Amino acid sequence: MKFLSEYRDPELVKEYVEELHRITTKPWTLMEICGGQTHSLVKNGILDMLPEKITMVHGPGCPVCVTSVSVIDEAVFLAEQPNTILCSFGDMLRVPGSKKSLLEAKAEGADIRILYSPLEAVELAKQNPDKHVVFFAVGFETTAPANALSVIHAAQQKVTNYSILASHVLVPPAMEAILSDDANLIDGFLAAGHVCTIMGMEEYYPVAEKYKIPIIVTGFEPVDLLQGILMAVKQLENNEYKVENQYVRSVLREGNRMAQDTIHKVFEVSDRVWRGIGAIPQSGYEVNDAYKQYNARFRFAIDIPFAEENKECISGDIMKGLKKPRQCPNFGIKCKPEHPLGAPMVSSEGACAAYYHYSFNAMEENIAV
Amino acid sequence: MPKFDFDVITMGHGSGGLLTHRLLQSGVFDVLKNDMLDQQHDGASFELNGRTAFSTDSYVISPIFFPGGNIGELAVNGTVNDLAMCGASPKYLSLAFIIEEGFTMEAFWEILVGIKSAVNKSGVMIVTGDTKVVEKGKGDQIFINTSGIGVIHPKAKIHHNHIQAGDQIILSGNLAQHGIAIMSKRQGLEFETDIVSDSTNLNHTITSLIDALGDKVKFLRDPTRGGLASVLNELAEMRKLGFVIDQNKIPLDEQVEGACEMLGLDPLYVANEGLFVAIVDKEAAAQAIELLHKDENGTNAAIIGEVTETHPGKVMMKSRIGGHRVVGYLTGEQLPRIC
Repeated sequence: MKFLSEYRDPELVKEYVEELHRITTKPWTLMEICGGQTHSLVKNGILDMLPEKITMVHGPGCPVCVTSVSVIDEAVFLAEQPNTILCSFGDMLRVPGSKKSLLEAKAEGADIRILYSPLEAVELAKQNPDKHVVFFAVGFETTAPANALSVIHAAQQKVTNYSILASHVLVPPAMEAILSDDANLIDGFLAAGHVCTIMGMEEYYPVAEKYKIPIIVTGFEPVDLLQGILMAVKQLENNEYKVENQYVRSVLREGNRMAQDTIHKVFEVSDRVWRGIGAIPQSGYEVNDAYKQYNARFRFAIDIPFAEENKECISGDIMKGLKKPRQCPNFGIKCKPEHPLGAPMVSSEGACAAYYHYSFNAMEENIAV
Repeated sequence: MPKFDFDVITMGHGSGGLLTHRLLQSGVFDVLKNDMLDQQHDGASFELNGRTAFSTDSYVISPIFFPGGNIGELAVNGTVNDLAMCGASPKYLSLAFIIEEGFTMEAFWEILVGIKSAVNKSGVMIVTGDTKVVEKGKGDQIFINTSGIGVIHPKAKIHHNHIQAGDQIILSGNLAQHGIAIMSKRQGLEFETDIVSDSTNLNHTITSLIDALGDKVKFLRDPTRGGLASVLNELAEMRKLGFVIDQNKIPLDEQVEGACEMLGLDPLYVANEGLFVAIVDKEAAAQAIELLHKDENGTNAAIIGEVTETHPGKVMMKSRIGGHRVVGYLTGEQLPRIC
């Protein structure tokens, strides 16, 4: 398939792998930010091709994984309101809340629809004028423009029975939270290509400078990832720390200005609680005052107690790169995709799910337990 | 389409009274006419020679009309293919409808025509059936159940116990066509493609394969729900052998691959209809492929992997770029991803 097969070229992969083996002299720990990158690494068998000295740890860039239990509870609460339709990306449905997941709420009769785009939710609101349609707006900077656009469309078309439950999270504050953790071991980052397509690279220069760490904006295909790793290792071996762009076919230094303007029109930066990591100041987006009529938290009196995270789930340590999925005592035993303790086991971008489904070693070790 | 008393199915059409009688007379019996159905008895009576296969399946698909077919064809082909996978030639089918009140006669007629065309193509006979109507909101337009009986080919020895290391894994055609065709029309996911379902009857293809290769064909299965990955995982688990496939060898239409990329789905887990997996003795694999390539249902058939002593109980896949990964079971439904 054109525009994809070029980045899955076995010859190019071989070339990069050989070069990595040739230039790596010291042990390096790299974190790929995005869960999509994690899955590509594991699914394509790339981890086993890397030099032993290179350790990949898997970052927090899985929106499903970092959405807190309380926010899931809010979504369940909204879905269970009379005359309400809750729309969500499919990924969110299996994530456990404190009492139930959206999938369980759906089975109990809540009207929950899986959509690909929030704009479809606005259409749904127009088709159902006697109901209120809520879109569960999760995701990193990548999905924020489309979610913001749905609010702008609804306002322009005077659709008043539509709102969003925003749970957006931002990458740079999460990177800083990880880097400032005393236990941090990360030597370099592969930044998330899609996030940077929207936001550009500017935010990363101060981070690279402050923590003296290479940051490579990287794509998702095997060739992208290996090239990104190679660029990071080259910097590390040369004692450099720069922001570089591997994903040039998608990312401009300034990002997508129009998308950024759309975000800023509807959202304001807010504090956000990350599942497993805790509160990170100024790390999310919330609907701003100008559009508060489209904020589900404003429209509904959401009355739910604060929910604690499941203590048996070590997702925080995994997403900070302190532990690997198979180092969790519950991995594959008490925590499986059909009975997850935490979101990383069920999300299609979750690190635990990647290891559980695709990683041979993970399964072997699990059986040996 | 014949003239019916009503434009839509009403509760009365399932009452067993006059409306049911008229619907069956001018609808079902007339379209699916055969000697046994003409008896209009409570059940069908017939004789069978040889070992017999028996199978049943219910069809609750949405949408009921999709590119390349409808629920009626699917209901016939599905059970016909389940029998074919037992190495049987399908003979007789039962056909039961559960229809939601208000379903249009026009749609019902179109489904009957679909059933008729699938019956003709596969050569199976519908010999008994049932029609029920449920209140509006208690069903989803129409559900169909078919059960079928078939006579097993005298040379067939299909059983997972016969599978051994060295056997070759053959896929009869392009993967994931049906599931993606359905998804392209599902509410909220509509996207423009030319992808059509691969729904078809496989019985003639299987008969000619067994005619030529006999017990060298060790196992057959159509990877419907759960897809190829589920079939191979079940086999790996039952036989305690490894099933190693090569991603580069799996036949996949470029549009289907693109749709999977876009939707975040793994084609290994997407449903198929007119497709089968055959586990074939190594010596016979080349001949099987040669035969399949001449068959309309096997033009893209390929050897996609091998049964091994290594990795017992697991399905492994060599990735496009030469890495390896485990192919596990699907947990729940494949859900679209966020970004």
